[in-house]
Amino acid sequence: MPKTSEAGQPRIVIEGVRKTYRLQHTQSFKETFVAWIRRKKISTTFEALDDVDIVVGEGEAVALLGYNGSGKSTLLKLVSGVLRPDAGAVLTRGRVAGLIEVGAGFHPDLSGRENVYLNAAILGMSKSEIEARFDEIVEFSEIGEFIDTEVKHYSSGMFVRLAFAVAIHTELDVLLVDEVLAVGDAPFRAKCKDKIRELVAQDKTLFIVSHDLGMVSELCDRGIVLRRGRKIYDGTADEAIATLKASTR
Amino acid sequence: MSAPSTFDRSAFSVPGTGRGIVDVFAYRYLLRLLVRKGTLTRYHGSVLGWAWSYVKPGAQFLVYWVVMGVFLGLNHGIESYPIYLFSGVVVVNLFNEAFGNATKSIVNNKALVKKIYLPRELFPIADVFIAFVHFLPQLVILFAACLVVGWVPTVLQLGGAVVAIFIVLLGSTGLGLLFGAINVSYRDSQNLVELIRIFATWTSPVLYSFTMVRDSLPGWMYDLYMANPLTAAVELFHSAFWYPTTSQTMERPEDLGMFTVLALAITAVTMLVGQLVFRRLEGRFAQDL
Repeated sequence: MPKTSEAGQPRIVIEGVRKTYRLQHTQSFKETFVAWIRRKKISTTFEALDDVDIVVGEGEAVALLGYNGSGKSTLLKLVSGVLRPDAGAVLTRGRVAGLIEVGAGFHPDLSGRENVYLNAAILGMSKSEIEARFDEIVEFSEIGEFIDTEVKHYSSGMFVRLAFAVAIHTELDVLLVDEVLAVGDAPFRAKCKDKIRELVAQDKTLFIVSHDLGMVSELCDRGIVLRRGRKIYDGTADEAIATLKASTR
Repeated sequence: MSAPSTFDRSAFSVPGTGRGIVDVFAYRYLLRLLVRKGTLTRYHGSVLGWAWSYVKPGAQFLVYWVVMGVFLGLNHGIESYPIYLFSGVVVVNLFNEAFGNATKSIVNNKALVKKIYLPRELFPIADVFIAFVHFLPQLVILFAACLVVGWVPTVLQLGGAVVAIFIVLLGSTGLGLLFGAINVSYRDSQNLVELIRIFATWTSPVLYSFTMVRDSLPGWMYDLYMANPLTAAVELFHSAFWYPTTSQTMERPEDLGMFTVLALAITAVTMLVGQLVFRRLEGRFAQDL
């Protein structure tokens, strides 16, 4: 079994978590009324996560694996606080930062510089922290002289590089990563992986969702496989990949 | 696998739970950036830019003045009617702008609400501040117009104007939180708000005098009319800007002080209800958007 308690206090505790989505089939009073008259179902429920227990320790790099609809992203959103569980508890210790859909806070009409400040503040950084890291962020993004150009004129690669650079430079104890490494060109991807490795070496906790199994076995030492909202495997990354390949959607 | 028995819960926090509006103060810097973003990008790509902040209320004023002042003869009934009109219009504009934008703020920021946890109250509050920034040019015009016709307000009257702005901002934040939270699941909310905004201009003494309401409605309905916080705010602005420019013989509402206190109480309750409903519905924002 992978280490959990030897690093002392865990960073993330997920206890008996259940998340149910209710899918509404009617959009208006009229439709609801008609459905009620015809005794049709007004809504159906869908268990995105069912009784999931996970403990992640300090300095662990954990990959969350599963096919589409297995509940991976929902779990990540519960840890980031965007969603709340319907049952059970999610607890985190320290600063949690998410590389989740980087660039969500970018505004196309503002310059790269202004967007760096805005997005970093959205990710919870203070003004002095942003100022201290600004040059590092710009350097990492390789945007150079275009930093004062409006973001709408950026190529999609530049946009993503800048967004990623901001997110990866936030002050954090736990890093959540959701499928963002599939972006950028090969040299930039390699650079991102190096940066993530550096964070893991600093005993930061990494919680990553990815379909890129090569990267998972490279970066992570532990893998958890979800299937239809249930945890079916928790162990080493390589065995998790094997379990995933053997399972069906 | 279960958590180690030694683990100490007090060191942990529960993601996605906050203290509501109190947390917005912890995010002051982000609030400032959001307001800056809103004001910078407002007129982006338009040639006239910020001039629109002068042109729009100017055009609105002109229409009201021609119809109400000239055609319907209020120019003769109310002394220095243009200033009477404009000082009321700017208050209602502030309310409409702040309330309308705050209502749509969560839906407009759905990309962020769905991806990253922040105190979501930030968005409606930022929109209220942005509305306030856009109110300032109108206030400047009002100041200039008053000074041209000769304006010597008392400290009490100016204090009343500050209280009026506070009432409008607090009230529109409370209503914005309430309707903005409901708007996430039911877009009927923003349509209802459109209706309220149309009513706002007419249910306060902006275009006409409060005496017309008093003289044509039964006493209790007049009291109800005066209990509208926006009415108190408009009358406070009239007292501060319009009244000192007249011969000071026009009738003023009795008990304006009492209605001001009442307005403050009502807006405080609105704020409380808005925050409570917002907190209640907040848990569903990310999945309903």
